[in-house]
Amino acid sequence: MDLSDTPQEAEFRARLREWLGKVLPSLPAKPSPDDWPGRRAYDLGWQRTLYDAGYGEVHWGADPAVRMIFLEETEKAGAPYVGANFVGLLHAGPTVAAEGTDEQRARWLPPVLRGEEVWCQGFSEPDAGSDLAALRTRARRDGDHYVVSGSKIWTSHAEVADWCELLVRTDPDAPKHRGITWLAMPMDAPGVTVRPLRTLAGSNEFAEVFLDEVRVPVANRVGEENDGWRVTMVTLSFERGTAFVGEVVACRRVLGELALAARENGRWDDPVLRRRLGRLNAEFRALWRLTQWNVSEASEGVPGVGGSVFKLRYSHARQELYEAAAEVLGEGGAALDLEQPWVLDRLSSLSYTIAAGTSQIQHSIVAERVLGLPKGR
Amino acid sequence: MRFQLSEDQRALQTGVRGLLAARFGREQLRAALGVGEAPELDRGLWRELGTAGFFSLRLPEEAGGVGLGLPEAVLAFEEAGRVLLPGPLIATQLAAGVVPGAATGETVVTVVDGGGVVEWLGAADVVRGDAEGAAVLRSVDPLTPLHRVADPDSGDRTDVLLTSLLTAAEQLGTAARVCELAAQHARTREQFGRPIGAFQAVQQLCAGILVRVELARAAVYAAAVTVDPVDIAAARLLADEAAVRGARDCLQVHGGMGFTWESDVHLYLKRAWVRARRPGSVTEGEEVLAAALLAEAR
Repeated sequence: MDLSDTPQEAEFRARLREWLGKVLPSLPAKPSPDDWPGRRAYDLGWQRTLYDAGYGEVHWGADPAVRMIFLEETEKAGAPYVGANFVGLLHAGPTVAAEGTDEQRARWLPPVLRGEEVWCQGFSEPDAGSDLAALRTRARRDGDHYVVSGSKIWTSHAEVADWCELLVRTDPDAPKHRGITWLAMPMDAPGVTVRPLRTLAGSNEFAEVFLDEVRVPVANRVGEENDGWRVTMVTLSFERGTAFVGEVVACRRVLGELALAARENGRWDDPVLRRRLGRLNAEFRALWRLTQWNVSEASEGVPGVGGSVFKLRYSHARQELYEAAAEVLGEGGAALDLEQPWVLDRLSSLSYTIAAGTSQIQHSIVAERVLGLPKGR
Repeated sequence: MRFQLSEDQRALQTGVRGLLAARFGREQLRAALGVGEAPELDRGLWRELGTAGFFSLRLPEEAGGVGLGLPEAVLAFEEAGRVLLPGPLIATQLAAGVVPGAATGETVVTVVDGGGVVEWLGAADVVRGDAEGAAVLRSVDPLTPLHRVADPDSGDRTDVLLTSLLTAAEQLGTAARVCELAAQHARTREQFGRPIGAFQAVQQLCAGILVRVELARAAVYAAAVTVDPVDIAAARLLADEAAVRGARDCLQVHGGMGFTWESDVHLYLKRAWVRARRPGSVTEGEEVLAAALLAEAR
């Protein structure tokens, strides 16, 4: 068990730190959360900057430890997050890289890496959330096209996306995991309608996407017809290992800020609050260690189950963190003062136990796949 | 960074597990219970542990020890926690090289801890700290006799951090074991015509136990590597939680059977309770971790 960097890791970290120190001060100001075109431009610009400096492909690197260092150092330095590039870089891109043809790789990967095109994810449907395989959006074959009809929901960045990684049902008679196909759909195709969805945080974080007889070339299919579920699982396993590294670093920073704020306003003298923050410190330190453990495991090529275990605990801890923040703020979180840094985070943290498989489903995954309990219902 | 067990560490883990399975399996555990009397320390087992190097694990080879480090000690104590190995294990290992005979298991050593309590006083050859006026304290754990001493501050506080870390390791082992017991029971026990593990409510309990184990494991192993007091406080907090809540949930999964003396589950819970009150427990740990937030954010 070794927690220190290898010489190569230390070299990478030092080089990255130095580069961040040079490049971050000249970065443009962040656009407001509601300025979608502005956010797109900003996020693509950051990806281009990374690409030009040789970090464009860092998320796809063979070594998860290097990726972890990247996420850790960029977060510590206050660099932009992956943002609108999330699906392209972490999801659709790796899927195309692993399962696509040479032509598909050449068409779709360079624009993602160079920060030219944004992807969104067309997985969830109104009647297929955590039970993703229950999706019903239909695609029938018409010559060299699929004709797609149905609707998708919780689609982040749909308003500014160029492409959508779309799961469709191509064989309604097959068992539900078998009749699914993975398509790359251009978002400007006729028949695609995007309707923003206002969240409880007041923002247009994501959208509904309606598909009415949308024609998608068969050439845009990644993997075989009806094999889309397997293709998707390949990517999901890729995503889980290190996806939250930056966020854990951010939570630890927030926790420190909370302590300082509490000392400032006198709330620190309340032993109940103080001890609550102390417990959260244990929580996030341990989550950081668990990340290091999972990443080391992944470096050895072992497909760990650490992802579900981590997500379960982290999503709840994050909510606890921002509940404590409301406590520190003094009015118990009753004031919706958006000038305060933690108010919006508290609201958005509510999605963490729902998105990417609810905690209830994650419990079943852990129980069945790790502990070998029988299939539940 | 390679935060995984090394080959040698895995071999050590397997070795200790094998030794304890052979020498302190379920039968010996139940036999050690006795009926209504104070438990006795198995001196033969103690010497065997000594011969196997359990107590001299961290003693340098020049001093006749095994010459390993804290991570290896943590792995050994985790195994001890898995089988509920009784006796003042931590005090004796910490005395190896200091108290003659401790390293070999010839001398049983116990200590007056910061809470003014001493475990296994009657069985000990050497007591570190002042046990003057010790009075029997009826112990919730039938396998850990306790005494309360007159002066709570009389104890030897030098090894408080290491005691807390090794306690966390024992708790981790117990937590991992109750996780296995809960899953085993959920897989096999049938109600309403199917294994209870098919019910989401039961799945949730079992998965919750595992999540706490894995988080505690990462924290405990990391603390063994860094030996940082804040890391140790975090490890202890999470390992106590994993063991105590894990054993309670395991008991719940066992239903009525879990509430009987014949089931082993209560033994895990009671030992976890006794360990959780050792110095470095919840309140203390939370304050250490809170203070660290201010120190680090500055």
